[in-house]
Amino acid sequence: MANLRDKVFKIRSKNAGPFTVTVDIFCRNQNSLKRILGLLDGDTLSHLYNVKKDSFEIFEIPDLNVIKISFPRTHIQGSRLDRDMHGAQFAELLNEMELPDNF
Amino acid sequence: MIRVLVPSGVLGLEFSKEALQRGLANNPDIIAIDGGSTDSGPYYLGTANSKYSRAVTSGEWKYLLAARETADIPLVIGSSGTCGTDQSVDWMVEITKNLLRTTKKDLRIGTIKSSLTRQQVVSALQTGRLKTLKHAPDISEEIINDCTGMVALMGVEQIQEALARNADIIIAGRATDTASIAALPLMSGIPPGIAWHGAKVSECGALCSTNPLSGCVQVDFHEDYFEIEPLDPMAQCTPHTVSAHMLYENSDPFILYEPGGYLDVKNTTYEAVSDRKVRVSGGKWIPFPQYSVKIEGVRIAGYQTTSLTMIRNAHYVRNIHTWVEKLKQFLENSLDEKFGVDADTCHLDFRIIGSEATLGSLEYRSSQPVEVGILSIITAETQELANEIAKHINPYLLHFPLSDKEELPTFSFPYSPAETERGPLYEFCLNHALELDDPLEIFKIEVFEANG
Repeated sequence: MANLRDKVFKIRSKNAGPFTVTVDIFCRNQNSLKRILGLLDGDTLSHLYNVKKDSFEIFEIPDLNVIKISFPRTHIQGSRLDRDMHGAQFAELLNEMELPDNF
Repeated sequence: MIRVLVPSGVLGLEFSKEALQRGLANNPDIIAIDGGSTDSGPYYLGTANSKYSRAVTSGEWKYLLAARETADIPLVIGSSGTCGTDQSVDWMVEITKNLLRTTKKDLRIGTIKSSLTRQQVVSALQTGRLKTLKHAPDISEEIINDCTGMVALMGVEQIQEALARNADIIIAGRATDTASIAALPLMSGIPPGIAWHGAKVSECGALCSTNPLSGCVQVDFHEDYFEIEPLDPMAQCTPHTVSAHMLYENSDPFILYEPGGYLDVKNTTYEAVSDRKVRVSGGKWIPFPQYSVKIEGVRIAGYQTTSLTMIRNAHYVRNIHTWVEKLKQFLENSLDEKFGVDADTCHLDFRIIGSEATLGSLEYRSSQPVEVGILSIITAETQELANEIAKHINPYLLHFPLSDKEELPTFSFPYSPAETERGPLYEFCLNHALELDDPLEIFKIEVFEANG
């Protein structure tokens, strides 16, 4: 079974201020971007990140073939229950996301 | 045309000295660099400390002071000392004065301070001048009064005021990443859509090029466009590397909020002028009717003591989750008898390194590691109590058995004492904008002789 990372150039995540995490998915082409975008509905993202589905903002940047996903941090950066000061490892959940067989 | 030399994304993170020299040879109008960010967490604002070492900061600043001297142009640093508090500005001034001790010239240092008092912020809350930004936590007068550090992020107006007062070296407190770069172009009549966009793209130095580590970039601001090129001959700016920078640490790839308005880059054009220089046009600036600045604040949310235990025994590694659960329950139950407190006010967190220490409950994978580490984090209302509890749990981390039927195990501690006092746990508690009648209202600007 293929993972999302096998189909893209790279996926990275980072803080966008202390209250928000932002993930950038660098797709290989426009067609691939559209197909990947189709997989990333609110339910899927909510399941991965345990954040309410209407909290995700999804942007499509066609010139760069990038999908950007921003969402509020469950634990504010650096607060007692936070585990990732820079928000940099959140990307791994999307990197490892398993793709449907026919994808 | 206004030419801005940006030596790197932040003072303290190195830049190529050769690239800086190349930049100077091109006759820039100003050198602008950023000095901070919240990206490394709330500790820095809580304590007014710098993330980067004093020696490294001073070493790099010395080069920039010399570059300023050579070109005889202003040098600006925003968000001095990581968090940009008034103390951080003083720290940077002291470093600067030390470096300038042997200079004969009369140089003028401009400082812009942006720390806020609790009284100022409480009064803004009471008069409805604090506006909630996205994902902001709830605030109250009590929370504001608990803050140990609060700053406002200045824009260009405050830096322009110091430039207008003929400061040679401007040491600014907390500022937006772009402000120190956009200040002079805007002052010189460059349209705001061009000025802010060029500043955003270059705020991390050569991160918008193919060789981020080289640091230096040069931005030329024109009436209808700006051009950006890296100053390391091996690096290239391409339409892709430049436009991709709008994504970086920005929740919305098309919009950038700044004091007084926002930049909209939805309809911008990026064209290669050469194989290493890019021309950008089309950025739009939309002013807000009311000027406001973002504010940041942190408070103390407890005191922490930590320890690290290493476990290699295969039986215990296999049953590590059961072990941690039993240990946690046992220790939490002991808190009342030993210290007269409970698990609601004293938190015992055990993070299993090798299992889900990074992602916590989001982790979905599992496998059998060779060894695991237990990072114990004790958070209590006082440091003394956190230390006491950490000492109390130490023998159990060393010897706690999985069941009554087995012999006492003994695990490994990598150092003595096993406990490390971490000090206060700081927490970001503001994500608000403060409305101002005058951009200079809360900022303290001074210009003085360096050797005075």
